[in-house]
Amino acid sequence: MAKEVAILGVGMHPWGKWGKNFVEYGIKACNDALDDAGLEWNDIEVVAGAETVRNGYAGYVAGATFAEALGWSGARVSTSYAACASGSQAINNARAMILADMADVVLVVGADTTPKGFLAPNAGERWNDPDWLRFRLMGCTNPTYFALYARRRMDLYGATEEDFAAVKVKNARHGMANPNARYHKEFTMEQVLASPMVADPLRLFEICATSDGAAAVVISSMEFARKHNVDPVKIRAVSTVTPRYPQTTIDMPYFSTDSAATVDAPALTFKDSIAQAAYEEAGLGPEDMSLAEVYDLSSALELDWYENIGLCPKGDAEKLLRDGTTQLGGRIPVNPSGGLACFGEAVPAQALAQVCELTWQLRGQAGDRQVEGAKAGITANVGLFGHGSSVICSV
Amino acid sequence: MTQKAVAPSIEGWFTTGDTPHLIGTQCKTCRTYFFPKQDLFCRNPSCRGTEFDEVELSRTGKIWSYTEHYYQPPEPYISGDDFEPYTIAAVELDKEKMVILGQVANGVAHADLTTGQEVELVVETLYEEDETEKTVWKWKPIAS
Repeated sequence: MAKEVAILGVGMHPWGKWGKNFVEYGIKACNDALDDAGLEWNDIEVVAGAETVRNGYAGYVAGATFAEALGWSGARVSTSYAACASGSQAINNARAMILADMADVVLVVGADTTPKGFLAPNAGERWNDPDWLRFRLMGCTNPTYFALYARRRMDLYGATEEDFAAVKVKNARHGMANPNARYHKEFTMEQVLASPMVADPLRLFEICATSDGAAAVVISSMEFARKHNVDPVKIRAVSTVTPRYPQTTIDMPYFSTDSAATVDAPALTFKDSIAQAAYEEAGLGPEDMSLAEVYDLSSALELDWYENIGLCPKGDAEKLLRDGTTQLGGRIPVNPSGGLACFGEAVPAQALAQVCELTWQLRGQAGDRQVEGAKAGITANVGLFGHGSSVICSV
Repeated sequence: MTQKAVAPSIEGWFTTGDTPHLIGTQCKTCRTYFFPKQDLFCRNPSCRGTEFDEVELSRTGKIWSYTEHYYQPPEPYISGDDFEPYTIAAVELDKEKMVILGQVANGVAHADLTTGQEVELVVETLYEEDETEKTVWKWKPIAS
């Protein structure tokens, strides 16, 4: 079991398509998190930034960009890139410095401004880059992978298009009560099923958009929190595991898996192992969780996560969805924030936004989307090129 | 009308002819397969092999999953003037125990595919340039 660290403050800039510089969003989130923590910028010893690759040099050095924007204070900086998992890597850096007694209080921040449409690879001819080649050689977009997983659920477990649409309907309803969500609109199943097919069996309203947004978290040692008379939400685990060879599930951005011909596939799939590592570190299990924030890049993908985070055996996710277990009011609400369905993805901010939601829920500050009596929660996500990401928090 | 020259869209990844194969590599030390070709270091964590044999991979397999795309993908995908939906299949090779993606052969309807179905490798046009027709590997159901 890892030592705990404290979440003193959280803050977000609402998700949307605002067309502004990502730094502006990030500063708003940072100031909100500092206010929430009752701290000043000058109290912060380290800034751990999550990198954006779509905003030039300032994005590559996100930690320093935010330190400069808040006003050079001599704070140390770090910047992490792990695609969609960048935020948890930044939290992990912050936590590591605190647990190594190198810092007492750290500001973690991620912000992004994103272009419209499919996320495309970087420009230029890059014949050794699988992320470029998958587009060139077969037009394999991110929704391709989401659709492959969705179809497999249908053929193996009897999932239906209605199940996938029901995930969207559920998350849209959750997001209505979230002021930081981009979309505040209820959907009926008929509306979801009438939206245009993008990658069969997934439709437009079932695939997450790309958004602008920012999230920040102030993390401290437990000792620092106690000195400030705070009874904080605690980070119990941060899982940033990579796959074990051979990785036999086809995964973005690759167009082949490893071979299991001479080395047997590991007992747990990569995505199973991400949550498993988090549970082990926290000394908690799925039965201890009150809620989960998982990466619903597509509606169908949320169902995979139910199994990956141990809520049910493989093939039973549809049952949990259909009987209401994972909606607000159910035994373990999944994506009470509204999830990516209501946010769209702001890559470097998204894993941090998941932690912001856990924090509000565990403090009982989530308003009309509050999970009653929430004691512990888990986030789960995976970043391109093998970046696992799962954070467990508890009261 | 002169026939356009035909050339692979990427060099050295597949053979052509009546029975084309994908070209992979196999580690000389641990015998693990790789596609795309791995020829500098073995990615089996228990193997330090640095020498590889180039091998033709099985040209048949079973569909792991599949999807049809209705929107024009971004560059570097090259679409003609008239975008047509296309289907992609993930195919599991029995001997190599690996899954490889590819477009599905022209003229095969998405509705005619199922998970577990047997397919074979074919080489077809991916896109056309002024002088050249560029090819790529695709998966095609085996007529039963």
